[in-house]
Amino acid sequence: MNTHTLSVLVANRPGVLARIAGLFSRRGFNIESLTVGPTERDDLSRMTVVVTVDDDLVLEQIVKQLNKLIEVHKILELEQSAVRRELVLVKVRSDVSNRSQIVDTVNLFRGKAVDVGHESITVEATGSREKLDALLEMLAPFGIIELVQSGQVALGRGSKTINDRGRNERRAQG
Amino acid sequence: MAQSTSTATTMTGAQLLVASLEQVGVDVVFGIPGGAILPAYDPLYDSRVRHILVRHEQGAGHAAEGYAVATGRVGVCIATSGPGATNLVTPLGDAYMDSVPMVAITGQVNSAFIGTDAFQEADIRGITMPITKHNFLVTHTEDIPLAIKQAFHIASTGRPGPVLVDIAKDALVNSAPFIWPDDVGLPGYRPNVHPHIKQIREAAKLIADSSRPVLYIGGGVVKARAWDELASFVEYTGIPVVTTLMARGVFPDSDELNMGMPGMHGTVAAVGALQKSDLLIAIGTRFDDRVTGRLESFAPEAKVIHADIDPAEISKNRRADLPVVGDAKEVLVELLEAMKRVEMNDITAWHAYLVMLKRRYPTGYDEPDDGTLSPQYVIKRIGEIAGPDTIFAAGVGQHQMWSAHFLPHERPGKWLNSGGAGTMGYCVPAAMGAKVGAPDQVVWGIDGDGCFQMTNQELVTCALNDIPIKIAIINNGVLGMVRQWQTLFYGERYSNTDLHSSRIPDFPKLAEAMGCVGLRAETMDEVDDVINQAMAINDRPVVVEFVVHKDAMVWPMVAAGTSNNDIKIARDMAPAWEEEDL
Repeated sequence: MNTHTLSVLVANRPGVLARIAGLFSRRGFNIESLTVGPTERDDLSRMTVVVTVDDDLVLEQIVKQLNKLIEVHKILELEQSAVRRELVLVKVRSDVSNRSQIVDTVNLFRGKAVDVGHESITVEATGSREKLDALLEMLAPFGIIELVQSGQVALGRGSKTINDRGRNERRAQG
Repeated sequence: MAQSTSTATTMTGAQLLVASLEQVGVDVVFGIPGGAILPAYDPLYDSRVRHILVRHEQGAGHAAEGYAVATGRVGVCIATSGPGATNLVTPLGDAYMDSVPMVAITGQVNSAFIGTDAFQEADIRGITMPITKHNFLVTHTEDIPLAIKQAFHIASTGRPGPVLVDIAKDALVNSAPFIWPDDVGLPGYRPNVHPHIKQIREAAKLIADSSRPVLYIGGGVVKARAWDELASFVEYTGIPVVTTLMARGVFPDSDELNMGMPGMHGTVAAVGALQKSDLLIAIGTRFDDRVTGRLESFAPEAKVIHADIDPAEISKNRRADLPVVGDAKEVLVELLEAMKRVEMNDITAWHAYLVMLKRRYPTGYDEPDDGTLSPQYVIKRIGEIAGPDTIFAAGVGQHQMWSAHFLPHERPGKWLNSGGAGTMGYCVPAAMGAKVGAPDQVVWGIDGDGCFQMTNQELVTCALNDIPIKIAIINNGVLGMVRQWQTLFYGERYSNTDLHSSRIPDFPKLAEAMGCVGLRAETMDEVDDVINQAMAINDRPVVVEFVVHKDAMVWPMVAAGTSNNDIKIARDMAPAWEEEDL
């Protein structure tokens, strides 16, 4: 299984997410994560879709089928070197006896405490999947009582943007 | 840019809709009014757009498809919200599978009520997302002209398909200036029409190097109206042709190089041509499972050139060695030019082999020995008497396959049927739509007794609107194709396939009740007589019931899930593949 990250520029209109989610489900494509949000342009949203495929032909189909949607403007497969970030908010069981220990741990991951109470502390952290997994592993012994994670957002490195025609653009022949 | 707002006439949304339909050149729409769409019917009353009031929205949808296939233009249907719209789901799905250009306009409840489960509310945009090329929900009056312009543009360009425009009732009632947009404004929609010249040159090289090439031609060549270009290409190269169910007639059956239809019920020559080929030149076709049989053993020795306007079809089922994205017409023109610059191999041995297969295994049938009519004979005679200029529509099932084999498929764009979706009930309304689009042509529908009972109410529409189609009911009293599978694969246990339609309904009486002429033939010597009678009647629709033998089967057949190599020409009878000289 190979994981690929697709950055998809779509029209910022109601129903676009349903269209894309529906396409993935009815064609049996696996989504690992999907995020959507505004861009530098009001009329466009950007989706970051992480997919796992066992065959490059399946990836090709996903890209081609996405391209057929009228509201999809552009698809870029991000290179392995792209900057990828996820956000995690985690509520850990905590009292005065271990609070500083937890804060120290979170600081190691450049996270921070965003809410604190008598019986819990809520921390936030961003980073790659691997980094966040490591943080969660460290926090687990204290007792994670609630956890929420975002999907992945990603951007290619360097000055090139999704608006340039580049090597990685997947609107090619066939 | 667009007309300025100050000089534009202010209209209601309903008037904007009708004006927009006129603007894109719509001359006829099929539909039924109802609450949410009612505002649109008022200006429609005065419009030059002809509205044909059907009896069921499914009929409107298939009629729009029939109109589209017969004319090459966009077919239009209209329905109200809720059940009116959901009744369009089957024809939309059908048009999506067969790439038929069609626009469906539906009324929607007031925008303030959307999402409240209001009376006759259905999320038809959500429902039809997977079966339309695109769809719209319009809630603002001023957005109507652009939505209509975009809908027709999307439906008719690139790979054609159905587009639905759902318009909220308040958008139809409120007013806005009529501003016809200059620009279609679809930055995310750019069909690749022109094939890449590098790919074309590569394709020509592959063709030149092959010794057993075959043109695997699909419905895309019909949609691109590229029959002349195909004929020129075949004439120059001498490469044998197979035409899929959707492409019947795009290349004449009478041509020695046409091996017929491939697939589950294809000819031995067509199936053999694909299986033994070393190069498939697939144009406007999608390697459907009904053509390929078991994919792993489909055309095992062949390289594949796959040309299609929809890149997503290329390498979807069978990996293409050479993809060509483009319109079939341009592909064929460019490819012919490129062929003139290469030297082809001698393919006479290949040609001789296929001609031998064609001669040895013609598509035939046995006359039943109990004196009952054979369905194949009836269909053949209709074809012979009506002639190749006739538009033929078929339903789905055995009669469809016999129609694919035994009608005269000599001219392009004359064959209407439901290929991808396999929609029983397609025939009568599609024939109606075709006749509306081509009133000067003879339109015959070849239908089954099962199919006919699904949508025959549109004969009332035909009788009342001067649409004199001719429908042959091939009545074997059973759901014939399903029964054939029960015979072959379910130990002759005929669970729920006997329609008893040899007794009920009385088809000629039913036809008469709907304002048509009803005729019946039960023996061979009556066949020509009733066909000739039907041919002579042009002021009313005619329904001819042919009571036929119920055990007739469609052969050849490749059983579902098996290899094309295991094609049977009759029960337990396989053709002998001759391998010499290949």
